[in-house]
Amino acid sequence: MSTNELTLTPGNALDVAKGKLVVAPTQSLGAVRRPVNTTGWREWLFTVDHKKLGIMYGTVAFVFFIIGGVEALFIRLQLALPDGRILSADKYNQMFTMHATTMIFLFAMPMAAAFANYFLPLQIGARDVAFPRLNALSFWLFLTGGLILNASWFLGGAADGGWFMYAPNSGPVFSPSNGVDFWILGLQIAGIASLIGSINLIVTVLNMRAPGMTLMKMPVFTWMILVVQFLLVFSLPVITVALVLLMFQRSYGATFFDVSQGADPLLWQHLFWIFGHPEVYVLILPAFGIISEVLPTFSRKPLFGYPFVVFSGASIGLVGFGVWAHHMFASGLGPVSVAVFSMATMAIAIPTGVKIFNWILTMWGGKIWYSAAMKFAIGLVILFTIGGLSGVTHAVAPSDTQQTDTYYIVAHFHYVLFGGMVFGLFSGFYYWWPKVFGKMLNEKLGSWNFWFMVIGMNLTFGPMHILGLQGQPRRMYVWTEARGGEGLFNFGFWNMVSSIGSFVLAVGVLFFIINVIKTTRNPERAPLDPWDARTLEWITTSPPKVHNFDRIPVVHHLDEFFHRKYVEDEVTHTMKQVATGEELVRAEEAAADADIHMPGPSYWPLLLSIGMGVLGMGVIYGTPIMVVGGLIVLFSSYGWVLEPSVPDAIDFDTPSTDGHTKEIAPLG
Amino acid sequence: MADIATHDTDHATDHGHHSSTGLSNNKLAMWLFLGSECLLFGGLISTYMLYRGRVQNGPHPAQIYDIPFTSVSSFVLLMSSLTMVLAVSSAHRKDDSKTNLWLTITALLGATFVGGQVYEFTTFYREGLGFTTSLFGSSFYSLTGFHGVHVSIGVIMLLSLMGIIKKNKITGDKAEVVELIGLYWHFVDVVWIVIFTLVYLIPS
Amino acid sequence: MTTVTETHEDAQEHGMSDAGYIKIAIILALITALEVSTYYVDFGPLFMPSLLIMMVVKFVMVVSYFMHLKFDSKIFSFLFYTGLGLALFVYFAALATFKFFIA
Repeated sequence: MSTNELTLTPGNALDVAKGKLVVAPTQSLGAVRRPVNTTGWREWLFTVDHKKLGIMYGTVAFVFFIIGGVEALFIRLQLALPDGRILSADKYNQMFTMHATTMIFLFAMPMAAAFANYFLPLQIGARDVAFPRLNALSFWLFLTGGLILNASWFLGGAADGGWFMYAPNSGPVFSPSNGVDFWILGLQIAGIASLIGSINLIVTVLNMRAPGMTLMKMPVFTWMILVVQFLLVFSLPVITVALVLLMFQRSYGATFFDVSQGADPLLWQHLFWIFGHPEVYVLILPAFGIISEVLPTFSRKPLFGYPFVVFSGASIGLVGFGVWAHHMFASGLGPVSVAVFSMATMAIAIPTGVKIFNWILTMWGGKIWYSAAMKFAIGLVILFTIGGLSGVTHAVAPSDTQQTDTYYIVAHFHYVLFGGMVFGLFSGFYYWWPKVFGKMLNEKLGSWNFWFMVIGMNLTFGPMHILGLQGQPRRMYVWTEARGGEGLFNFGFWNMVSSIGSFVLAVGVLFFIINVIKTTRNPERAPLDPWDARTLEWITTSPPKVHNFDRIPVVHHLDEFFHRKYVEDEVTHTMKQVATGEELVRAEEAAADADIHMPGPSYWPLLLSIGMGVLGMGVIYGTPIMVVGGLIVLFSSYGWVLEPSVPDAIDFDTPSTDGHTKEIAPLG
Repeated sequence: MADIATHDTDHATDHGHHSSTGLSNNKLAMWLFLGSECLLFGGLISTYMLYRGRVQNGPHPAQIYDIPFTSVSSFVLLMSSLTMVLAVSSAHRKDDSKTNLWLTITALLGATFVGGQVYEFTTFYREGLGFTTSLFGSSFYSLTGFHGVHVSIGVIMLLSLMGIIKKNKITGDKAEVVELIGLYWHFVDVVWIVIFTLVYLIPS
Repeated sequence: MTTVTETHEDAQEHGMSDAGYIKIAIILALITALEVSTYYVDFGPLFMPSLLIMMVVKFVMVVSYFMHLKFDSKIFSFLFYTGLGLALFVYFAALATFKFFIA
């Protein structure tokens, strides 16, 4: 056997490097054939390509964004006028529960996963993630979870206990429909999806960086995604436990959160928020990562204080595990616990503040280009700061006990989540659209999109501060004329403003959809480097080829792409352009690797996810369905294991001739 | 999910390349998974610790625990860790028959442990501790049941592994696959070390 | 954690001989016997601390030797012990708010 076949060996990289042959696939594999080069719809169903999966994540998440948005509009319609009659009390409960659940688990997390999936491998100079099939499994499981969650609308009513599903509202007495059961199973399956995804991405970052890309040369977006994946990998098992206990209570007669049986309902609150608080950072850090790419690019300056941004992101993640009980100040934890968690919560404002200052100083003195992406990024900095400040008032326990379960809380988290996270994601849409689809989103429509969203969001959520401090309870389904109040603190007036604002916001989102449709129809191709960008994802074609890079880039700098375009002049110490992005991409194409092997598509991720869905339905509709689901899972697990990790050698182009190796990049 | 994670030998495009850390993707993923599992079992153990004294009208832990019996089954599981590590060691020496022998013994010991647990559960049930009898019962069965399911999955993985090795259908580095399942197996053993002390030996 | 040895490229990469593993197993078995003896012999005030210490020793031994963490890359140790440490921290804190350790 010649060394040429080395690259086909799916064995341990070290063994190969040492010249020890393990097994060649043709000799040892072939129990289950692997699909090759599928086309049409199969191309999407069986794909393991991180870019296709990223687009699928993004599309599905955006659909859920619309669904969650429509739910929000129903809520605002109901509250616009006194004695609202749009929704019944029961439907209202379902509406706000599903609005929050959909936005958090089916829009925010998967949309961040879409960006992570698409850009993380590109930013570190890899050809795919570490486990492409697991990546596909994550996506299909997420979709299964989302479908199960929303199926409840048509099968007896959706979950109605609020997104954090406290006892006793989660129990059968207050929530007799199957809504909560669907909610449990949907979240459980979506949780498994996120867990698998997080392990996958961490291994990808640790192990698949291009030669020379040390951890401290990684783009900030990749860094923030890495922190988020660590948060997920260690917080998701906690919600898994909580959901399992609740499932046992609802479906199998246990009494884990039932006070009348001597249980501590606070156990649920602890388990939920031990997960739930890191989850808050899971939602916001990807947006922080996105704008940390956008702000330097459009300010024509490097990010101010890169190590500070990185380490403050990491410390937000770490401290994020020690502040969960600030969600429970009103539950009677006792003075010591309250004091400890109050202090920890205040401490977490420090690294967040560090980031804000770094972003401001990045823009300071820069030649700012107010593109749509930049507008959204600046919007994030301002709106998140407002939300952050009201957040600090929650850290003060005496003040928090006044605010708990009022609209003030609703105002706070919409400023950080909508003003922060959603604006960050939209900034990412505008920034990376030409990379993903090879076409520029319309800047003018982008501007309309931005201004409608920023005005709408302040109209919607700004008045909620006043409403909350006036004592309007969160989750109240109707208010009466008698409670309206007078003057500046008129309940009725501010509720109406807020409702109008929500429709302005919706129009803003509509502008984005129109923009997408218009851009898709526009035949004009985007330039290869439209923003004069800084990071590795721009050193390839738009959209990138299946194998991402014609040649794996060797990294020498933070902002490698920028440093290949610009060199510092020895005398004047100014940056001189030596190449355009276009030229660099063409140079890479000219020096393309002759032999690039990509993993083949696979049937099993899809089948396994279907099996998991059926298994979940069995918990609600009976053991026989569970057995069927279990069998599908078992069958597809074996199929998975026995599937060759690459299609047959004959399906490839010519095998490697040089046994090329990557440099081992030291950690740190 | 472990059985899926461990067998995923996709190295994407990385066949024959060095990885950034020089470590195997699969082992990194497995250790992350085990780190994550710490929080899963931690939650179940904490729930049990909180609720172990809440027996309502059912039996009290001290009334039903059979320490000598559980000690024997704990010992069996502990020894299965030894046989597992010997299997890994044989696999690294590429000694197929020894690997198979030790894997077989490990699977047998694991199955014995699960059998012991089934016996224990039925005995407890007959003595009046059902899953819904009390918070103690619910949390006890949830914790030990979850662990039992992990051991059972481990046994299934070991049996499948032996079958795959015998048919020579293994995808990837054989020794590494044995090692990955070994890591999972030892972790399950380690969890039992904690459960044995906290649940059985320290009375409420 | 003790020092992490460099990974060698020979067969000793995984740290121990079979005889070494058997020795570890014997020690583990002896500790288990000692644990079980607390059920029969009254250890007085030492009962709880000794059981907890023995548990930790067994845990660390299996993880360090059988799971090779002592000999493997410290990245593995980081990943695993981060999870373990977070688990200990959050669950101790949660149980503490229930006054679990005061009673």
